[in-house]
Amino acid sequence: MAGRETTATGVLGWIDQRLPIIDAWDKHIGKYYAPKNFNFWYFFGSLALLVLVNQIVTGIWLTMSYEPSAEGAFASVEYIMRDVEFGWLIRYMHSTGASAFFVVIYLHMLRGLMYGSYQKPRELIWLFGMAIYLALMAEACMGYLLPWGQMSYWGAQVIVSLFGAIPVVGADLAQWIRGDYLISGITLNRFFALHVIALPFVIAGLVFLHILALHEVGSNNPDGIDIKLNKDENGKPKDGIPFHPYYTVKDIVGVAVFLFVFSLVVFFFPEMGGYFLEYANFEPANPLKTPDHIAPVWYFTPFYAILRAITFPMFGLDAKFWGVVFMGAAIAMLFVLPWLDRSPVRSMRYKGWYSRIALILFCVSFVILGVLGVLPSTPGRTALAQACTAIYFAYFILMPWYTRMEKCKPVPERVTG
Amino acid sequence: MIKGFVFALSALAGSAFAAGGPGVPLDSIDVDPRDKPSLQRGMSTFNQYCLGCHSMEFQRYERTATDLEIPAKLMEAHVVPAHHKIGDQQTIAMPSDAAAEWFGAPPPDLSLITRKRGNDWVYTYLKTFYTDPTRPLGVNNLVFEKVGMPHVLQPLQGEQRLVCTNAPVKENGVVQTDPLTGNPILADQCGVLEVVEGTGQLSAEEYDQVIYDLVNYMAYVAEPSRVSAERIGIYVLLFLFVFGIIGYLLKREYWKDIH
Repeated sequence: MAGRETTATGVLGWIDQRLPIIDAWDKHIGKYYAPKNFNFWYFFGSLALLVLVNQIVTGIWLTMSYEPSAEGAFASVEYIMRDVEFGWLIRYMHSTGASAFFVVIYLHMLRGLMYGSYQKPRELIWLFGMAIYLALMAEACMGYLLPWGQMSYWGAQVIVSLFGAIPVVGADLAQWIRGDYLISGITLNRFFALHVIALPFVIAGLVFLHILALHEVGSNNPDGIDIKLNKDENGKPKDGIPFHPYYTVKDIVGVAVFLFVFSLVVFFFPEMGGYFLEYANFEPANPLKTPDHIAPVWYFTPFYAILRAITFPMFGLDAKFWGVVFMGAAIAMLFVLPWLDRSPVRSMRYKGWYSRIALILFCVSFVILGVLGVLPSTPGRTALAQACTAIYFAYFILMPWYTRMEKCKPVPERVTG
Repeated sequence: MIKGFVFALSALAGSAFAAGGPGVPLDSIDVDPRDKPSLQRGMSTFNQYCLGCHSMEFQRYERTATDLEIPAKLMEAHVVPAHHKIGDQQTIAMPSDAAAEWFGAPPPDLSLITRKRGNDWVYTYLKTFYTDPTRPLGVNNLVFEKVGMPHVLQPLQGEQRLVCTNAPVKENGVVQTDPLTGNPILADQCGVLEVVEGTGQLSAEEYDQVIYDLVNYMAYVAEPSRVSAERIGIYVLLFLFVFGIIGYLLKREYWKDIH
């Protein structure tokens, strides 16, 4: 058999004749030219990948001792915490990893917003990214039911009941998702299946597509300049450097700093003041006893605050329905972002003041909504949540206007470092 | 289903929040899982006074013996009940149905109670029982109103009453003093706890120590891995620090010709 042409010999050559591993390495790592001016914000992509691996590996070990049943789930988690060798470490790595995932993803998305990484030609990368974010929210929500504590139970009850707010089919839909009249062992079993098999598959596949699409069009950078427009005589971008070794060694530094903070939480503050592991979740689920205060985990709270901010009926449909609609729209808006931004430049460095102020207001309102989502609502807080919801949506809805109206700065030919 | 659904929808409107937390300020406690004598005394108190009704079913006797450095032989002879083996979980014989009938609700398992309620809450709770003839068991509690549990530690603490007394005025926890004389300002205050003299075996300080040890022990049981987590954690952080420095130097070396 005549194999593929290869420069390698030995075992590597034997494999490369049959599987293009050298081509793949060159395309994605060894000769993947990335802009040389990546800054702090560019660590979070590789860190997200690291956390994904952490979740998968610790998750596999957790399933070895976890029991997916209403009778045994809570006790099996405590069994892991006490009787399994280093079970506490595996469990805390997984629970802290869930929160770390969202920290990293939110910062990764903010980077995209700042430097216009969603703009042409990277729309598809952004869409795959948003799909990962959506799948991750589903993954986190289902995983949160598994310890079968009070917050697991009642949090899931609230979230599944959101589907019940849909007119006509809602109640039946919510029941179909639960597989029961209320959250029960049946729900726990199906969430377990989706959490450990279905959604990880989806996420891994989407991450693969996200990176594949990125490497097809190339990475953006803080200046938002296309480095492929300036190539040297060998056809290499003048402002580009091979991903390996330059960014592999740089990412090692980011990984070390991240792991330091991550370990600080895992070993010393695994509950993180009740935000990573909620105190009420140390009591087994009890369908007959509603907790005093139900708050979702911190990474969902901005959307929960939007949901609660809609307190008035509109067009003959009740407030609950519109709350769900606005919450869904808040996420849907992010998907269409590439087509809302009409600016001639990508990076915030060269956009005008309208865009800068809009992004700052958007971030501030998102954080305020996040804080409000944790707190019990009062009339004053509801008014604040409504104002922040308005700003959140204005950021997107007014974007086609303010990105065109503003005066942008001239974009340099070459990256500025 | 209707009930759960209605509940969840009312949560959407933000109206499902009941008043959370006790009305009285909590006494704070600084637990120390490395204080083995305290943990051993706490275990002794727990097993004498609590374990009759409250299980600690996620914790095994053997684990406690190992962590508290109690020899297995001693543990088996003096702590593990006759019908239990040292590797058993700390369950109780009282049937939960009967307990529900006697107390209104079955006494909860206490393996994780300090992680759920917080150390300060449990510490304050165990010190704020007071006589209340309107309650079926004759006692009430400041942080857990209408509690169904009897004050089992009353022989130690003595009978505590809720009284009105001429006591120092406190603002933000600081005793207010008269600016001229420097003496504390006194005023009639109600809702003050006072132990009836001569009814308890222990002084107030001794009782506080017993409760400190007890809560310390319960906090240990809630998270027995705490000490080893912190011990290992230090080494992990040290390693990552060194790793980070080497990583940074490596990065600087590779990047020195990129401008």
